[in-house]
Amino acid sequence: MAASGAAIGVENLDVAYGRTKVLHDVSLTIPAGRFVALIGSSGCGKTTLLRAISGFVTPQRGRILVDERDVTAEPPERRGMAMVFQSYALWPHMSAAQNVGYGLKLRGMGRAERARKVDEILELLRLQGFGERKVTDLSGGQRQRVALGRALAIDPPILLLDEPLSNLDAKIRLAMRHELKSLHRRLGLTAVHVTHDQEEAMVMADEIVVLDQGRIVQQGAPEDVYRRPNSSFVASFLGADNIIEGEVRRDSDGAKLTLADGGALDLPTAPEGHGRHVIQFRSDAVRLDDDAAGPALRLDGRIAQASYPGGRWRYEIDTPAGRFLVDDSRRASAGDAVRLAIPAEELHIFPR
Amino acid sequence: MNARLLLATAAKIAAIALIAFAILGPLANLALWAFAERWYAPFKLPVTWGTRYWEVVFRPTGDAMASLAMSVWIAIATVIVSLALSVPAGYALARLRLPARTLIMIAFLMPQAFPSVAIYINVARIFYELGLAGTVTGVVLVHVAHGLVYSVWIAAAAFAAVDRDLELAARNIGASPLQAFWSVTLPLAAPGVMASAIFVFLESLDEFTGAFFVGAPQVTTLPLLLYNASMGGNYQIASITALILLVPSVVFMLFIERFLRADVLAKVGR
Repeated sequence: MAASGAAIGVENLDVAYGRTKVLHDVSLTIPAGRFVALIGSSGCGKTTLLRAISGFVTPQRGRILVDERDVTAEPPERRGMAMVFQSYALWPHMSAAQNVGYGLKLRGMGRAERARKVDEILELLRLQGFGERKVTDLSGGQRQRVALGRALAIDPPILLLDEPLSNLDAKIRLAMRHELKSLHRRLGLTAVHVTHDQEEAMVMADEIVVLDQGRIVQQGAPEDVYRRPNSSFVASFLGADNIIEGEVRRDSDGAKLTLADGGALDLPTAPEGHGRHVIQFRSDAVRLDDDAAGPALRLDGRIAQASYPGGRWRYEIDTPAGRFLVDDSRRASAGDAVRLAIPAEELHIFPR
Repeated sequence: MNARLLLATAAKIAAIALIAFAILGPLANLALWAFAERWYAPFKLPVTWGTRYWEVVFRPTGDAMASLAMSVWIAIATVIVSLALSVPAGYALARLRLPARTLIMIAFLMPQAFPSVAIYINVARIFYELGLAGTVTGVVLVHVAHGLVYSVWIAAAAFAAVDRDLELAARNIGASPLQAFWSVTLPLAAPGVMASAIFVFLESLDEFTGAFFVGAPQVTTLPLLLYNASMGGNYQIASITALILLVPSVVFMLFIERFLRADVLAKVGR
């Protein structure tokens, strides 16, 4: 197995397809052995960034470094990376074992040694006995593991994952998350994972990088980014979908938030700027009918719809400030009057 | 109501009979002539049946065997030369961003777009000056030009049907562009490339006009022999030759269906 991963450096990268600019001045440093997730909505440039790192697309400007070595002009086969494709891109004219062994064959490894290594990989991925199968006869989850095995067989210092779990059933997907993560920990390679699923990114990665319209908008440990999104975009992308508009005014005591309908709150920590702001919060940040101490935004509302997706109830609640989604464990039914309290530290406030 | 139904059925039967006659009639006539030793008016069927002419045709020293060998040799050479052109051209047209792509595609159609007699008379004149008239090379070149539109268009479609990521997956784990092409792209495009080779082979085997103007009289292919035989009133030889020509066409047509998949056909000419 790979001794250790390699560090990746991306410096001032510009990538365009024809006249459409996809990446704008992207810079990113990934230390060796780190698991990094690139997330963003579709079309944000995350896959393009991965493909630029792998050498499939040529940047217009900027450099790509692997362990300080400039590989910008190197073809994909000389970058020491292995990619797991969203479509798996397995070769249908080869068996599972041939797919896994291809990279080893290219490296001139002898037949016997190759067979041993392929068996080892198949065992690692719990695919024993499937080596001789045609890849077209395998299930989605098995194909996914063959694709991973093909990448891991060459002991790559860098593993690139292009939404490898998106075509799997929900149950297998959850299992594969943990498998991939533990494999990463065991092998010590550097992994770059592209996904549009924020939960998947948070669970698997040591660090997440949020892209929007070809630019990196925030980067950090999952918890930091989740708790302290630096923009309205990142907040909504990470689930803070309830949005209110309000006014922030500063005075000698600090900052005061006033909603259009009259609700008000003294903010313990002052947000950036003053004047019109957007306030965002998650559905699970709200407390219903709970007059807990501490500064909180309080709103009166009425339940418009209730559903039970499992674990907690999900309510749609109409308030003078708009309709919000709220998750709560207490049972209530449509038409009930409720009082919402959103703790000040759960409010993400950004200038408009 | 019943009368209309009856009429419709009768019309259907008549139409099927007509189509069957149009297709099978000439073939039946061929078959009859192939086994007729003597057949003249006013008799509706051959006067004397026999296989004498089959012996004439299949005599090892006969003209027919020599021209069959010549035809097959020319067809094989044509396939080799056109594959050497269509594999790289098809790959380039499918993968690379060529500026005048449509123009190039149309250029391959050109040899088919004009009246062939007019073209081949001029080709024959030019080949005569180059010393290619009456040579196998000359006929092969003419057949290659004629078949390019099939071979290049089908090959381009076959390569375009191979997912780019399959190739990149090979490059990604260490294959050079050439290694990726040989081990991934070509094997996956092979059915389409095979189909184009079969088309070219059949076209060459069947081709008359070019072989006539460029090859005759030194190079005698099977269609030329057939032409000579029927012009000389020797319908038995002509019929047997025609049946021989029919065999590879039918056999290969059965194969082509397996090679040309819908996803490849959908990309022909794009």
